[in-house]
Amino acid sequence: MSTGAATAKKQKLSVPFDYNKYIRKNKLPHIWCPGCGHGIVLKSLLRAIDKSGLTKDQICMVSGIGCSSRTPGYVDFNTMHTLHGRALSYATGVKLAKPELKIIVTTGDGDALAIGGNHFIHTCRRNIDMTILVYSNAIYGMTGGQFSPTTPQGSMSTTSRYGNIEPSFDCCELAKAAGATFVARGTAYHTQELERTLIEAVRHKGTAVVEILDSCPIYFGRQNKYKSASQMMEQIEKDGTIPAAQAEKLPPEEVKGKLLRGILHRVERPEYCEQYLKLVEKALGKGNE
Amino acid sequence: MAARKAKKLMQGNESCFEGAIYAGCRFYAGYPITPSTEIAEGLSRRLPQIGGKFIQMEDEIASIAAVVGASLAGLKSMTATSGPGFSLKQEGLGYACMAEVPCVIVNVMRGGPSTGYPTGPSQSDVMQAKWGTHGDHPVVALTPAYVQEIFSETVRAFNIAEKYRTPVIILYDEIVGHMREPIIIPEPGELEVIDREKPTCPPEDYLPYDRRLEVPPLAAFGEGYRFHVTGLNHKDDGFPTNDSKTIEEGVKRLIRKIDNNRESIWKNDGYYLDDAEVVVFAYGSTARSARRSVRMAREKGIKAGLFRPLTIWPFPDKALKEAVKKARGVIVPEMNLGQIVLEVERNCPGMAVTGIHRVDGEPINPKQILDAIEKYR
Ligand SMILES: Cc1ncc(C[n+]2csc(CCOP(=O)(O)OP(=O)(O)O)c2C)c(N)n1
Repeated sequence: MSTGAATAKKQKLSVPFDYNKYIRKNKLPHIWCPGCGHGIVLKSLLRAIDKSGLTKDQICMVSGIGCSSRTPGYVDFNTMHTLHGRALSYATGVKLAKPELKIIVTTGDGDALAIGGNHFIHTCRRNIDMTILVYSNAIYGMTGGQFSPTTPQGSMSTTSRYGNIEPSFDCCELAKAAGATFVARGTAYHTQELERTLIEAVRHKGTAVVEILDSCPIYFGRQNKYKSASQMMEQIEKDGTIPAAQAEKLPPEEVKGKLLRGILHRVERPEYCEQYLKLVEKALGKGNE
Repeated sequence: MAARKAKKLMQGNESCFEGAIYAGCRFYAGYPITPSTEIAEGLSRRLPQIGGKFIQMEDEIASIAAVVGASLAGLKSMTATSGPGFSLKQEGLGYACMAEVPCVIVNVMRGGPSTGYPTGPSQSDVMQAKWGTHGDHPVVALTPAYVQEIFSETVRAFNIAEKYRTPVIILYDEIVGHMREPIIIPEPGELEVIDREKPTCPPEDYLPYDRRLEVPPLAAFGEGYRFHVTGLNHKDDGFPTNDSKTIEEGVKRLIRKIDNNRESIWKNDGYYLDDAEVVVFAYGSTARSARRSVRMAREKGIKAGLFRPLTIWPFPDKALKEAVKKARGVIVPEMNLGQIVLEVERNCPGMAVTGIHRVDGEPINPKQILDAIEKYR
């Protein structure tokens, strides 16, 4: 760690962020392995929430099952750890029952796109107001390294011993096609950029999907011959991606094979709970007949 | 006294959703399936008129999940389905048991297995209601037999759910679900309506799963308590645990919560039971036929009686034992190949227990039951 004068000056200027404001400290240590990206993502999320101006009572965090889905247990909001794949359905119930709550869903690529795939597309289609963070580590972490719908073709996993023969989903394209009104991609490597993206996602009215590439060095890394967690992050998250704005200016061959980062899609469309209020007006009109 | 209310002709499924509204249900999530669909259709019209929420989800799994989410946000919630949909709801039902979230699940039983006979009646989900979700868990299931009773039992289902923080299943079959009968809608206040107890302690002291209490109060999301809910075995504060003592005590409390309160959850109806030498144990629409059979038997001088449970789970063992004291035998008609009959046998050791079973999509008729009764002449 540097103790140089320049660094000291920098630290004085920016007040360090106090995560304790949001962490349930007595629930630590967390279950995540050394080198896992889930904790880094959580830090970006907490900074973004802090800047959103929402109080802790106004937030309801919902998850399914998986390593990433353990997130709600560590944060001081209204929190719910549900069933594998069903986070969005539980979240839909909470939101419709209490629209004043801000719903944030933390879910894995398996949770959101495999077992929960049906709920994922229909949530996007409804455009119900919630921020969905898909922690995309290309593997089933919790169960010990089986391939997931985002595992690249050819990759090794404990259930693809000869290389994965299935093509993978592009989570962002899927969300967009299904009707999500805010779609973005970030990585655990680009923490500041992720924070900015999440501020926008939380602010968005409607279904906001943010796919976050993060690494599982233990179960994906080891089986696929990555040397270390940091090397994995650099190769997959840093070198494997490019900001969407930058990509636009480059010739296609330089962008080929890279995933785009940043806000990829943002449109205005009536939000589900608001639509429901309009339906109520109609129902009341009819009730008076 | 208010003027006598006029009778209304109503279908069983209609009576169910009107009962739910009376009980304070303000959230419904479901996926259409015969023969329960009228409940969803009715609530899609009624709930928006009274400040409630209705949503049609993409499947039954999502429906029970949304119901549990809405209940945690503070609304009395329910879903309705039939056979295949009830199968899909099983994991979510277990979650509601484990997380102790009040909710009501209606299963209008139809023929099975699989897609089976969608428009035919059946009573083949009684054991699934009890054992369908994995793990040891408490189950409350009610079996109304008349359109009027569907109304009052739906109210009672919500009351039990709210009082004991548990899912309650309403099991009736296609016959009563689609039958129309005149019913009287009770005035507000006429039937008891129970709301869940909410915590009054400071948020930092709140233990949503306090083992010292039989039924800990339940806060709603967004009201300052910021508690945690999980389907994992958990401590009194709701956070997961690996401690074997805490796990065991938690699961046992779940079971005890219903077990210790069986007396208040049970409800039975009896017909000519006092001196009955042969007791017909029947529930749901089958009990309607059985009542007729008992009357016909009495006319022939046979001392028959009807035991009709309105609460099928927890099983009414105590009252049944009492009812068969003078009996020489028990007859159990049910539209399945033998489910509740096993439970009756277990509770009437040494007694002749005869099952009458039917899975052809036709109701069990009074003559069939009478024939069995006549063997006791
Ligand atoms: C119905 C059901 N099926 C399977 C499982 C087992 N399971 C738990 S987590 C998980 C995969 C988690 O992977 P992902 O969603 O990608 O999250 P990660 O652990 O990688 O963060 C599986 C298959 C389960 N809990 N429930």
